Amino acid sequence: MTDAGVVEGVLRAVAPRALGALVRRRGDFEDAEDAMQEALLAAAREWPLPGTPDDPTAWLVRVADRRLIDGWRASSARRRREEALAYDPDPGPAPARDDSLELLFLCCHPSLTLPSQIALTLRAVGGLTTDQIAHSLLVPSATIGQRISRAKTALRSATFELPEAAALPERLAAVSAVVYLIFTEGHTASSGASLDRVDLADEAVHLGRLLLRLARTTPALQATQGEVAGLLALMLLTHSRRAARTRPDGGLVPLDEQDRDLWDRALIDEGVALVTGALTSSPLGPYQLQAAIAAVHAEAATADATDWSEILGLYDLLVAMAPSPMTRLNRVVALAMVDGPAAGLLALDTAATEKALVDHHRTHAVRAHFLEGVGDPVGARAEYELAARLTHSIPERRHLLERAARLA
Amino acid sequence: MKYLILIHQKRGARDEFASFTPTMQAEGLAAYQKLNADLVASGEYVAGEALDADTTATVVRGGQGSYVHSDGPFAETKEMLAGFYLVDVASRERAVEIAEQIPEVQAGAAAIEVRPVMTYDWPEQ
Repeated sequence: MTDAGVVEGVLRAVAPRALGALVRRRGDFEDAEDAMQEALLAAAREWPLPGTPDDPTAWLVRVADRRLIDGWRASSARRRREEALAYDPDPGPAPARDDSLELLFLCCHPSLTLPSQIALTLRAVGGLTTDQIAHSLLVPSATIGQRISRAKTALRSATFELPEAAALPERLAAVSAVVYLIFTEGHTASSGASLDRVDLADEAVHLGRLLLRLARTTPALQATQGEVAGLLALMLLTHSRRAARTRPDGGLVPLDEQDRDLWDRALIDEGVALVTGALTSSPLGPYQLQAAIAAVHAEAATADATDWSEILGLYDLLVAMAPSPMTRLNRVVALAMVDGPAAGLLALDTAATEKALVDHHRTHAVRAHFLEGVGDPVGARAEYELAARLTHSIPERRHLLERAARLA
Repeated sequence: MKYLILIHQKRGARDEFASFTPTMQAEGLAAYQKLNADLVASGEYVAGEALDADTTATVVRGGQGSYVHSDGPFAETKEMLAGFYLVDVASRERAVEIAEQIPEVQAGAAAIEVRPVMTYDWPEQ
């Protein structure tokens, strides 16, 4: 790894803790976050030469604190605060306390919109720059800058404390949802990937690890750590298939046609161990179930060796626990793998009556697959073509049209 | 999710606007400025421009390595593409809500088309 790579790794690891310490010390999230961004940029510039300082967190807090105070001193409207600061001692070494969890809860505060939660979490917790976030989400920097500044304004009256115990599970669920959305955003790629584009899937895994560490070390979160482990496992197991998911020309490779030698074994082992541990020691939850389904796929040596009855059982639980249109559709797919395409067609007619599924391209792609299975190539082709018209994904459209052409 | 919001203005709407009193024109422009400012402030604005009349367009047709350039308009229609917004929003419903706030549609002078932007994502099973 290059010096710059080492520095970036260190910075990303300590950024949330350093910002948490600064907010704890100065009580102003909005200004502290700006000052920490400047300190992170300064570190990225300065550290590669003399080497990373012995205590990088303390260095960041010290530099950011100085910038924060310089900013306050420059602003005449804050003269009173300046007087208060005159007696404040140097921050000294990094505090023992880790406020990363408070920071995560703040960034995923319920008063913010989801896009704002994502942008703020990536910057304040992930330590990414506005430009990096903008490139990754394929929107202009000004748009992300605006989302972040609006979010920080909205948070002015929010406290930098852990929510009360009763509210914790719900707040943790919101943080988990943001991390998972960042992960799924990671699958979105521009036609020409730019060099400074951060991999959001890697970023989400990084946040997932942080979240799991915090859940394990915070007594009030003991009951929820199984789901946090499930979330991380789900991301690792999905991520393990990345190299197999696309052809060199950018085409889409469905799960059953993927070259399983390309799957990342280290990620699979870690994901399987995490979800196995969670399932045996924690209350069941949707992330654990989805991770368990991904684990069954990961452990099958070939597509034909997949244990579909186990997957169907897991989907039955998932539909009962966290019903959603897509979960119901996936359950139908699993059912057809166990009982055959004719049973799948029947189940699909029952499941796909809700509005969210009737016009969804996946419903039609699934029906096409079942029709192909029962020997109706004409019907299958029409359904593939309809699904291709309905999807907004270019690789998926190509894939569906290839399927249709194969039946011509 | 990104959406392109296309403003298809009725032909003659610009002439009609030009005939308004300066106060009415200023109100119309202020309504656009407010919409722009709101979209920037909410962090949903990606891009947006007003387009010159399609009589100023150049149409390019190609094939077999040669290109033919001709003056617009591209087609005689009752409406003309007059401008667009590219927004990044949470849902299609939100994009439609923005479309309803476009001053010209409120005045009955335009039809708004809301189109999802295609992506390069790889959906997971």
